[in-house]
Amino acid sequence: MLGQIFVLLCLSSAWAQQLCMPEASDGYKVRLSINTALGDQAYVWNENEMFLFRATLAFAMRSYSGGQDYNVSNIVVCAETPRVSFWFVVTAPLNSSRLIDRSDVEEAVRKSRNRINSAFLLTDRSLEFIGIPPILTAPVTPDTPQWLIVFGVVMGAVGAGIVVLLVTSVVEKKRKKNKKSGDEDIEEEPREKTEGNGFARDGVYNMSFSDDDPVTQM
Amino acid sequence: MGKAEDSGVEERPQWDNKVQYLLTCIGFAVGIGNVWRFPYLCQIYGGGAFLIPYLIALVFEGLPLLYLELAIGQRFRMGSIGVWNSISPLLGGVGIASMLVSLLVCMFYNTLLAWVLWYLFHSFQNPLPWSQCPLNDNLTGYNTECVKSTPANYFWYRETLNITPDIETSGSLHWWLVICLASAWCVVYVCFIKGIESMGKVVYVTAIFPYLVLTIFLIRALTLPGATVGLVYLFTPDWEILKNPQVWLDAATQIFFSLSVAFGGLIAFSSYNPERNNCEMDAILVGVINSATSLYGAIPIFSILGFKANTAYNSCVKENILALTNHFEFSDQNITAENYDHWLEYLNRTSPGEVAGVDLRLCDLQTFLDQSASGTGLAFIVFSEAVVSMPGAQIWAILFFTMLFSLGLSSMFGNLEGVLAPIKDLKLVPTWIPDGLVAAVICLIAFLMALIFTMGSGNYWVEIFNSYVGSVPLLIVAFFEIIAVIYIYGMKNFSEDIYFMTGKKPNIFWKACWMVISPLMLLVVLITYVVVQAQKHPTYPTWNPAYELFPKTEVKPYPDWVFAIIILLSVIPVLPIPLVALYQLICCRMKKSSAHTDLSPSCNDGFEVETQQQTNQRA
Repeated sequence: MLGQIFVLLCLSSAWAQQLCMPEASDGYKVRLSINTALGDQAYVWNENEMFLFRATLAFAMRSYSGGQDYNVSNIVVCAETPRVSFWFVVTAPLNSSRLIDRSDVEEAVRKSRNRINSAFLLTDRSLEFIGIPPILTAPVTPDTPQWLIVFGVVMGAVGAGIVVLLVTSVVEKKRKKNKKSGDEDIEEEPREKTEGNGFARDGVYNMSFSDDDPVTQM
Repeated sequence: MGKAEDSGVEERPQWDNKVQYLLTCIGFAVGIGNVWRFPYLCQIYGGGAFLIPYLIALVFEGLPLLYLELAIGQRFRMGSIGVWNSISPLLGGVGIASMLVSLLVCMFYNTLLAWVLWYLFHSFQNPLPWSQCPLNDNLTGYNTECVKSTPANYFWYRETLNITPDIETSGSLHWWLVICLASAWCVVYVCFIKGIESMGKVVYVTAIFPYLVLTIFLIRALTLPGATVGLVYLFTPDWEILKNPQVWLDAATQIFFSLSVAFGGLIAFSSYNPERNNCEMDAILVGVINSATSLYGAIPIFSILGFKANTAYNSCVKENILALTNHFEFSDQNITAENYDHWLEYLNRTSPGEVAGVDLRLCDLQTFLDQSASGTGLAFIVFSEAVVSMPGAQIWAILFFTMLFSLGLSSMFGNLEGVLAPIKDLKLVPTWIPDGLVAAVICLIAFLMALIFTMGSGNYWVEIFNSYVGSVPLLIVAFFEIIAVIYIYGMKNFSEDIYFMTGKKPNIFWKACWMVISPLMLLVVLITYVVVQAQKHPTYPTWNPAYELFPKTEVKPYPDWVFAIIILLSVIPVLPIPLVALYQLICCRMKKSSAHTDLSPSCNDGFEVETQQQTNQRA
């Protein structure tokens, strides 16, 4: 009796192993880079971790297929390497000799990718399913491009500056005009002083007169 | 006496103090080129060895020209056209040439500032938009053009410029670049509304801020890993390179364009000075500070480039390690960056066939360091990529682009002044029109003309303007400037003027430079430059995604009509020199036959007309 059960178990595991081979048509290769991702806090990959993986994948198949009774035994794993990479195939819950289609497995993994990753504290890059590309997160694009906001601020400041400067120059001119029409006599003195500083005049400044005394000597 | 003279006299604006004047000149001389052209030249011309031709060119060509321009502006107290007209009416064309070159340079230089503004606006985004590729249309992968090149390249060529494959396809106006260009011109206009009154206050910020940022970058860059590699690479002298004449040519042209002489801007700035001002000290100060800034700026730039090369090298090695680990199924992290070489050797010995099968990249730090770039490539691609890898990337990006903007803005002041001062001096506009309005009109005209650069092919046109407008015409103008002052005006007169202004005559060094060395150097540089340019049919690199070797740029020759435009751009600014001389000769000959006055070096039109009027009145 015991012998028969033993033979059956061996046969079934051998049968299962035959289903799972590297480069199996309905299988996927999984690769983990635990040390790279976690560094000091890396855990050791052992049988328990493998069990967790199989359980997580069974969970993914269950949620994808809408409640069909996938079990840990339905996830068959083989060709494990020290890299931590292995192949797996998924067998149907009721008929363990039938493999689930590749595309179904892919969709199931895709749907629960986040849950699978977080079970192992890994990301899409450190837990790779070779052949299942990670879901690309589109960069967040807000409704109003941010640069337009900054542009608006800068242009507002510049525009305000232009307006302020123009207004102040117009106001100053009006003030000067009022002052000029009021008193002209006072203006002559400072003008003579400013002449001495050297304005531009039409023509060439003739140096030979600069040494002359302003007051002609008798 | 006062009233009769006042009718035509206008108060010439003055600097508030000497510091303003010096900062404006320094700001004009120190431009974006100091940051993105000099380090590149240093790198390709043998590092520390390049400093020798550079400093020789500075001392024998740069400083004399600078001193000449500052002295002449301070002496005649007019913009460039007025100065040359005062020396001799035949030379008015030199001033007009300066003005034309300044106008053309204004146009494309502000486009550079528009691009800097675009990057600055985008630096406020988190994450930086040039750090990742966007998704393609059906969201299955990343955009192919971006994946083949790099995200920074893609952001520059596609999202900023939306560049066309060659210069003949013009594309359309890009609204985002148009509004950036408009804001750049508005900023320039705001600073120019009140002439040097408003500009003089702005230069306190725009001239000093870049130094602050460079210092911050220096401190940060020196602490980055790989910084020393970059610095060693930059400064290791390769003495052999000095035998190559191209190095000397490039050093001379770099010093010349870096100091911004022959634009007319420096003449205008020094014309607002008080009469007695030591322009010799000013010239030496501005020249030395300009070169020192180039050197000072090269240090953080190269530290950061070294950091970038180091990062690229490390990621290359990591890629190889991953490939090997995956292929041979070793345990994760068995092969690390440190023992990579040992492992590779071991694997090559034990299973060379398999190693050959693995697609390993050749990781050589030197190759990464050699990926040099200058100009827009340095700032917008290489540097922005480097900034992404630095912690706190946004702040560094904001600081960097603000620094570039203020460097460019202070140079724009000089360019625009080189256009506005001659207009004022020529009295082309009636005096009741305020200066602010003239500035507004010039800004508007330049903005409208610069819209060419906002089209799809805009970048190619900027390159054309950069290479051909700001080179040969300036050399010719500078050559005529020196000849005009030293030989037509007279070395004796000029020495007297300098004695009057500074209190001492120029010493033998300046005289030797002005009379012999500088004109000779300029002539040699000019001729060699023209000969070198004329030898090959000019080509330009294009960004063509359809090219087989993409992302390498496809080098195409300029089509004939573009070549004609290039010739026009180089020749038209210089044409006024002979034209005005001819016109004045014909006019003066007609006057000469009637008034019998000789054409003296300081032929003053005003004086001639008086004698005629007087003779008429007497008769």
